[in-house]
Amino acid sequence: MTEANKLIEGRTGPWEIVLGLEVHAQVASRSKLFSGAAVGFGAGPNEQVSLVDAAMPGMLPVINGYCVEQAVRTGLGIGAQINAWSRFDRKNYFYPDLPQGYQISQFAHPIVGEGVIEVERDDGSTFSVGIERLHLEQDAGKSIHDLDPDWTYVDLNRAGTALMEIVSKPDMRSSEEAAAYVKKLRTILRYLGTCDGDMEKGNLRADVNVSVRRPGAELGTRCEIKNVNSYRFIQQAIEYEARRQIEIIEDGGVIKQETRLFDPGKGETRSMRSKEEAHDYRYFPDPDLLPLELDPAWIKAIEAALPELPDAKRARLQAQYGLSAYDARVLATDIARADFFERAAEGRDAKLVANWTTNGLMSRLAEDGLDIESSPISAADIASLVKLIEDEVISSKIARVVFDHMWAGEGDPAAIVEARGLVQVTDTGAIEVVIDAIIAANPDKAAAVKDRPQALGWFVGQVMRETGGKASPGAVNDLLKAKLGVS
Amino acid sequence: MTELTDLTLKAAVDGLRAKAFSSTELTGAFVGAIEKARALNAYVLEAPQTALAMAAASDARIAAGEGGPLEGVPLGIKDLFCTEGVRTTAGSKILGNFKPTYESTVTANLWRDGAVMLGKLNMDEFAMGSSNESSAFGPVTNPWRSRGSNQALTPGGSSGGSAAAVAARLCLGATATDTGGSIRQPAAFTGTVGIKPTYGRCSRWGIVAFASSLDQAGPIARTVEDAALLLTSMCGHDPKDSTSLNVETPDFASFVGRSVKGLRVGVPREYRADGMPAEIDSLWEQGVAWLKDAGCEVVEVSLPHTKYALPAYYIIAPAEASSNLARYDGMRYGLRAEDARSLVDVYEQTRAEGFGAEVKRRILIGTYVLSAGYYDAYYLKAQKVRRRITDDFVQAFERVDALLTPTAPSAAFGLGENATDPVAMYLNDIFTVTVNLAGLPGLSLPAGLDAAGLPLGLQLIGRPLDEGTLFSLAGALERAAGFEARPTAWWSAEPR
Amino acid sequence: MAIDAATVKKVASLARIREPEDRLEALAAELSGILQWIEQLAEVNTDGVEPMTSVVDAKLPLREDVVTDGGDVARILANAPKSVGGFFVVPKVVE
Repeated sequence: MTEANKLIEGRTGPWEIVLGLEVHAQVASRSKLFSGAAVGFGAGPNEQVSLVDAAMPGMLPVINGYCVEQAVRTGLGIGAQINAWSRFDRKNYFYPDLPQGYQISQFAHPIVGEGVIEVERDDGSTFSVGIERLHLEQDAGKSIHDLDPDWTYVDLNRAGTALMEIVSKPDMRSSEEAAAYVKKLRTILRYLGTCDGDMEKGNLRADVNVSVRRPGAELGTRCEIKNVNSYRFIQQAIEYEARRQIEIIEDGGVIKQETRLFDPGKGETRSMRSKEEAHDYRYFPDPDLLPLELDPAWIKAIEAALPELPDAKRARLQAQYGLSAYDARVLATDIARADFFERAAEGRDAKLVANWTTNGLMSRLAEDGLDIESSPISAADIASLVKLIEDEVISSKIARVVFDHMWAGEGDPAAIVEARGLVQVTDTGAIEVVIDAIIAANPDKAAAVKDRPQALGWFVGQVMRETGGKASPGAVNDLLKAKLGVS
Repeated sequence: MTELTDLTLKAAVDGLRAKAFSSTELTGAFVGAIEKARALNAYVLEAPQTALAMAAASDARIAAGEGGPLEGVPLGIKDLFCTEGVRTTAGSKILGNFKPTYESTVTANLWRDGAVMLGKLNMDEFAMGSSNESSAFGPVTNPWRSRGSNQALTPGGSSGGSAAAVAARLCLGATATDTGGSIRQPAAFTGTVGIKPTYGRCSRWGIVAFASSLDQAGPIARTVEDAALLLTSMCGHDPKDSTSLNVETPDFASFVGRSVKGLRVGVPREYRADGMPAEIDSLWEQGVAWLKDAGCEVVEVSLPHTKYALPAYYIIAPAEASSNLARYDGMRYGLRAEDARSLVDVYEQTRAEGFGAEVKRRILIGTYVLSAGYYDAYYLKAQKVRRRITDDFVQAFERVDALLTPTAPSAAFGLGENATDPVAMYLNDIFTVTVNLAGLPGLSLPAGLDAAGLPLGLQLIGRPLDEGTLFSLAGALERAAGFEARPTAWWSAEPR
Repeated sequence: MAIDAATVKKVASLARIREPEDRLEALAAELSGILQWIEQLAEVNTDGVEPMTSVVDAKLPLREDVVTDGGDVARILANAPKSVGGFFVVPKVVE
């Protein structure tokens, strides 16, 4: 039952959006699904193309066992049924970036069946998304239309690359839920290492099926929005498409089932006219291949060797390190962050480490659009910084200054503190000398503190100024209180 | 004095080893014969320079005592096999002047064993046909003629060029392929020996695909032993072909002379078709008698689903072909229609211009039977019938070791005789398609002549991977039949 | 089952083969002849029979995830009707 706050208000009443996603994840393999050509970004045109990829006469497919294994690991990671017997089918249609004139995919019998994923919303609540299936298939090449006014340029480097197509059940009810689902899926894939989840490179992309209905009514006709490759675009596309469909129906029209593209510039979806003919794919079992049979013992061994998955990691971080649910979630969302945290936290105050990792480092990284793998500050550096705080060599306030210097690439925090003379002054004798001098110079203010304790703050400020900020704030406070007779 | 071109492949291998003559001489003799035989149109591409260069290299290896099993042996190659640097057409216009940058595994095996390539042989376009009349390069004429007639006859198909070249002594042997009978039927029409091995024995890598679950390469040669020698070289596991069997290749020639005493041979009653010519029936009876004389036990068996094999084949093969031929689209190689503008125009016009009528017919049938709403009724049904047909053989082979049948329902017919009715042409494959559907080995050898003096063949069908038994039985039949007839060389007597 | 000219036109379009309008009726007749002959398969009882998609009784062989191919653009483009700067050059889709 969809909560009221997820419904959309139309002109004539509330509407429910129903969403299902087909996510294409490129397998992080060295070579392609059915050929020995390399997989990777940035090569020159047609440099990563074998005779098989180019569909020369007489060429035949041979399957990459590693890709099979990654599909199984992914299936296990999304809690799905692994099908020990599956088969490859040909999906037939004509397009220049599809050299064979067919895509080798799995239609009738996919390698992975039904599963379910728990997804966290931003507010910490969770919802379930059912998985329909996962299958292996070939990616197509690239057609470039803007290098010449009269011709299309075709690069087959991507043709034949292994994709895992993960099909969800239509369980999502808002654009936020759809984006959260993709985020969770991406997290799981990166934890397993089966896909790098790089949406900018197109290694992870989503086809979004959108339909609308009155709450409680039958499912409406859906439209498919193809190849959306960012969370923001997924949300925008859904919001636009839902509005578009609601308007049509409220105006008395009927939704035409079709394939659409999202135009990020205009924030709109538009119909893909050329795809309309290609509905009859004439699927049939690929006669160049045999059925894929997996040994149940092999599947069990893979299951036993899976790494700790996101939900388990989140729970463990919270329990083992005493972190807040929020911090544990933020850190567990990405395997690289979780690993960074655990390396930094070894032997250290975990809450401090968590704080410096999330509020300190990650916010700075986010400002610059960097991910933790490109961080100029290492886990060891964070650990060192935290140790300096733990040992009271510096205060938290000074630590922020040290952090800025670390970010600027000045290296190890202890060295920075040393070089810049930032060591916290904890020698009470030295502080007392400074305090006594200030009290002596300001006898009226000193006397007033007894009646107005807030005035202590002025003295703290003066002492910190006199000591260049290096006095230990705790020590300053204690000594001032004692000398001014405040409890 | 035997003409060099009259030698059997085996005699040539022995002669070359004994240095009675050189490969250069032998190859030169064939090059000359080919030049004079252009009226047959068996070769679509003559490669005399390549041939002589390969022959010279073979002679050097023979001199150094390093020759392989087929060293110096000149062969013709069906133009369905991709040959590196040498134009390959599949008998079609659509490949244009395509020169593969790779060698098929089967031909690579032959060159590894020392064979010499004389040229590429004519064939029905994309291997679709039983008369070699659908070639974009014109029909092949059977070197055999009816007694007292000049009428041009078909050599059969699709490997018509291969069979004609072997029969006319234009090569010592030829490669061919068989999807529904395209090795065995032309062999029968031309008085030669042809074998389609068990599906998966020969690699399909580098052979232009027609129907993937049915295609298989095999040799055509003049004697059973010659065919065995060629097949041994052609076979072998290929990791580049996922349907290639990972099994050892036996020395097939060693089976040819073996005794067949005690072997049980089945005669399937359903192969006695209505309206079968009496001569073929009596030749079949003769074959049974010869096997009994050689010590075989011959019994009648039943293959109840035989009559459904042809319709099942004419669903499955076109369906697979419609998908396999989608790559011929003018984008990456071959013909591209000149005056077409948009992408769809180029596709449609290239394929309309590049494919012949029979190929187009089969692509349309294949596309139709796979299309939405028809898949279950046609394709799925045909695959179920295929299992029934295969099970028939499994049951028969519980009682017998091999089957004996006629190869074709007639002798070679006139060019143009079956032009109007595709189904009439399809019925030529009636005795052979069952074997492809079940993936079994099948061999045809010449067993006699009909009243008009045209060769007739008998077919042996074996268990999977049991080509050995077929070679033994074929050897026995060959000895008993004593088929010495050969076509009179009318083609080089006539002006070009 | 007989098919008509309109169906032939649709099938030809799916197969990307241009058949001239004046050929469609004749083709429909030819193809109907073949399809009607094929229809006899309906006589066979195939209840409970598994379809046979391969005659090979073996497991699908798997290859190692090693790069063994590619890296030769010239070879891939050797027979291309039109290529520029390493790309295949093909006619534009008319949207």
